[in-house]
Amino acid sequence: MAADLSVSIGSLKLPNPLIAASGCFGYGLEYDQIVDLSLLGGVVSKGLFMKERQGHPPPRIVETPAGMINAIGLQGIGVHRFVKEKLPLLRERGARTFVNVCGTTLDEYVEVSKVLSDAEGVAAIELNISCPNIKEGGIQFGCSLHGTFDVVSAVRKATTLPVIPKLTPNVTDVASFAKAAEDAGADAVSLVNTFLAMAIDVETRRPKISNVLGGLSGPAIRPIAVRMVWECYQLVKIPVIGMGGITDARDALEFMLAGATAVQIGTQNFVDPFVWTKVLDGLADYMARHNVARLSDLIGAFDPTPPSVGTHL
Amino acid sequence: MPPIDIDATVIANARLSSEYSVLSLAAPEVGARALPGQFVMVKPAGVTDPLLRRPFSVFEILRDAKGVTTGISILNKRAGRSTRRLYELEAGDVVSCLGPLGQPFKTVASPARAWMVAGGVGLAPFATLAETLATLKTDTTLFYGARTGDELFYLDFFERLGVKLVLATENGARGTAGRITLPLEGALQALGGGDSAMVYACGPEPMLAAVAGLAARYHQPSQVSVERVMGCGLGGCYSCVVPVKHGDEEANLVRSCISGPVFDGAELVWD
Repeated sequence: MAADLSVSIGSLKLPNPLIAASGCFGYGLEYDQIVDLSLLGGVVSKGLFMKERQGHPPPRIVETPAGMINAIGLQGIGVHRFVKEKLPLLRERGARTFVNVCGTTLDEYVEVSKVLSDAEGVAAIELNISCPNIKEGGIQFGCSLHGTFDVVSAVRKATTLPVIPKLTPNVTDVASFAKAAEDAGADAVSLVNTFLAMAIDVETRRPKISNVLGGLSGPAIRPIAVRMVWECYQLVKIPVIGMGGITDARDALEFMLAGATAVQIGTQNFVDPFVWTKVLDGLADYMARHNVARLSDLIGAFDPTPPSVGTHL
Repeated sequence: MPPIDIDATVIANARLSSEYSVLSLAAPEVGARALPGQFVMVKPAGVTDPLLRRPFSVFEILRDAKGVTTGISILNKRAGRSTRRLYELEAGDVVSCLGPLGQPFKTVASPARAWMVAGGVGLAPFATLAETLATLKTDTTLFYGARTGDELFYLDFFERLGVKLVLATENGARGTAGRITLPLEGALQALGGGDSAMVYACGPEPMLAAVAGLAARYHQPSQVSVERVMGCGLGGCYSCVVPVKHGDEEANLVRSCISGPVFDGAELVWD
């Protein structure tokens, strides 16, 4: 019998837990020739506001140890062009499209969500209340429990689509934000967005990216992200979508064992755009070796028994 | 067609100087498809430092004695951690190589001439362009500037293809003393009415801006190959944007990996 990799996020059924993370996969169509988009559990679009946005001046990224800092600044085509130009093509390809919704005000989150509710082919809304790179809105909501509750409540009332706030790790206790989102009616939470970071060129004494500050992603952040997913999983009942430096099936499984129902792959997609089938194969291989019939049985199946001496490598 | 991603064995890493090397890669499928001006994303295989690949113009298409394509080379200049790692690679090492990527140069044929303007490591895309132009029998000149005479590489390669050479060095050791834009402007001034030259350029951005400006001033078309910090090479990350302006529209930030790296010099907006 074929291994069952399917997972459910509320009413949303995905054939597998692998989702392309926002900002790391363009609008999905850029990867059309690289991977069959219908093979992915889902694709999250770049963050969208009502209007088009130019983003920050380059340089926008810098590599750091086992990771990268980015400050793209949410360059994007706006929700209307997305619905008109991208969504029909994503539908044609059988992609399960999650749309990353941004706003500078609470009303903008609601308005963008309404536009998407009226469109055909949106699987879910991921609320971007965690981008560290823009001045207004965004992370201001995500860094306040009240702000998180208010945005999620307002969008919840405006749409029947699944609502998934994406949480920032730049807070003291991320699980309390997952709880606020759950209380406000979120269908799931996704975490983590990037860690606020900076890098200086010591030769010139100037910043390495134009925005000075940016968000750190990649394998460097993975252990912190796993810990945060585990904390959220213990506190809330809604599904947790985990991400942060996933490069292969082992990394994906680590998040699932910590409590993630699904996982997103971001930076690794830049390193290896053909990562998707490799991780899918790796998951099937693990299930065969460990005699796991349903991948979803592994969600939160982490065993906190301390490791035996000498076997924890 | 999707790009090819292969773990390519290093055939040779010829050090041209303490900074420059030509890294030859066994990537026949990439070589068979690469067009002049296209690039590959490269890093040592199986390591997380560097994590991301870096973009390199395809320098040469490698062929065996029978003319069968065996791979590509890239012209590498040590500038940071990643390029240092590539400089240190030896034959038998393996690199991850994704490509060919991006928009190639548009070629020209007689009566138009082709003027390729290279600054330093910006020589990289012109070996393949010169080969293609030679098959088209286009009258081709390489304007090539470097810091010193020792950093003018592959001159015999271009001469064998019948390319005329105009050289400049900042220390005055060979050719014109100073920037390559000096002899370029002289040539543009000397161009007869009705004659046309397609000006191709690759090098530091101030040089590209100067070349595009000169071409425009003398009413000649230009194509420039830009190099920006790039994350993915596929349009996914939006790191490598450049301001591009069509007609009277406002400038838009455009991804140089998929809309470039070759742009119409008249459409790029320079800082």
